[in-house]
Amino acid sequence: MKVFWELFYEFFQIGLFAIGGGPATIPFLMDLPSRHDWYEVIDVTHMLAVSESTPGPIGVNMATYAGFRAAGFWGGIAATLSLVLPSLIVIILIAKLLNNFSRNPYVKSAFSLIRPAVTGLIATAVWGIFRVALFTDATGAFRFPVVLFLACLLIFGAMNLKQLKKLHPACWILFGAVLGIVFQL
Amino acid sequence: MKTLADLYFAFFRIGGLTFGGGLTMLPMLKYELVEKKHWVGEEELLDYYAVGQCTPGIIAVNVATFVGYRKRGISGAVFSTLGMISPSLIIVSIIAVFLQQFMSNEIVSHAVGGIKLVVCALMLNTVLTMAKKTVTGRLTAGVCFVAFVLAMFTPVPTVIIVIAAGVLGVILCKAGRKES
Repeated sequence: MKVFWELFYEFFQIGLFAIGGGPATIPFLMDLPSRHDWYEVIDVTHMLAVSESTPGPIGVNMATYAGFRAAGFWGGIAATLSLVLPSLIVIILIAKLLNNFSRNPYVKSAFSLIRPAVTGLIATAVWGIFRVALFTDATGAFRFPVVLFLACLLIFGAMNLKQLKKLHPACWILFGAVLGIVFQL
Repeated sequence: MKTLADLYFAFFRIGGLTFGGGLTMLPMLKYELVEKKHWVGEEELLDYYAVGQCTPGIIAVNVATFVGYRKRGISGAVFSTLGMISPSLIIVSIIAVFLQQFMSNEIVSHAVGGIKLVVCALMLNTVLTMAKKTVTGRLTAGVCFVAFVLAMFTPVPTVIIVIAAGVLGVILCKAGRKES
């Protein structure tokens, strides 16, 4: 039972403070393994892969997966419900009280700086993902796999080619899976 | 009359048929809510979207809650949100079971090795796209950098950084300073 309270506490907090949608939850999800043994930091890369290639909002998919790792099917439900509860409360209050919330000058000025701050937080999370996915070997020691790193940059470059820009992330993930099997990564 | 079941299944379809949240969901929301059901006007939907982006939580969920509330009050908000998250709950749970069991399989673990590279590249892409949109001048660049450094090298909780940035935004605006 305790794990469900912990899931509620953690994911309610994520739902309340992750501003900017799905990607904004990543720094929080990277933080969780330091407090709970639900999953490891490396699992966040699997969560991202699964969430990008299944239907539904990415943030909701990641919460479901994280909760599932913590406490099975009901854990996934608990995490997701806790994640969306703050939205329900906040949006209902806003719909009731404020007609022009997004045009309110205070809201506008607060968000003008929250958005770049969140970008900085996500940049930290991206470094964290690179660290666990590329720069750590099986024993947990630091490594620098030059070929893999260059391959990653190459894929990034390809994603930004004009002809490939519209390609869905799920296609890239499939491509990555094939690449991994062919080259025995 | 829009029943709660109508709301639930409309958002179930939207959640179950769109890959990726946020902006990729807008065309689907427009098709289902504006063109097919005539529940909201296009302008109105864009307004909800703007609110959904600057309120806490998942953007698609926020929009669902907003539309549901406007149509059927609090119970409408609850059912719309449940509809939006139901497909994720079902599909991701199934995949999680599957993945747990096949993780030790050699082919799957090679595939995961390749997928990791793509996830890294996707994340790099996400953060650069966000930076292009949110870092617009010296002030925003500074805030972005400070947030990055604090999160990277200090134990300051993520929550505090988000709140501090918001407070700073309001204070600077009140002081009447313009961003360079």
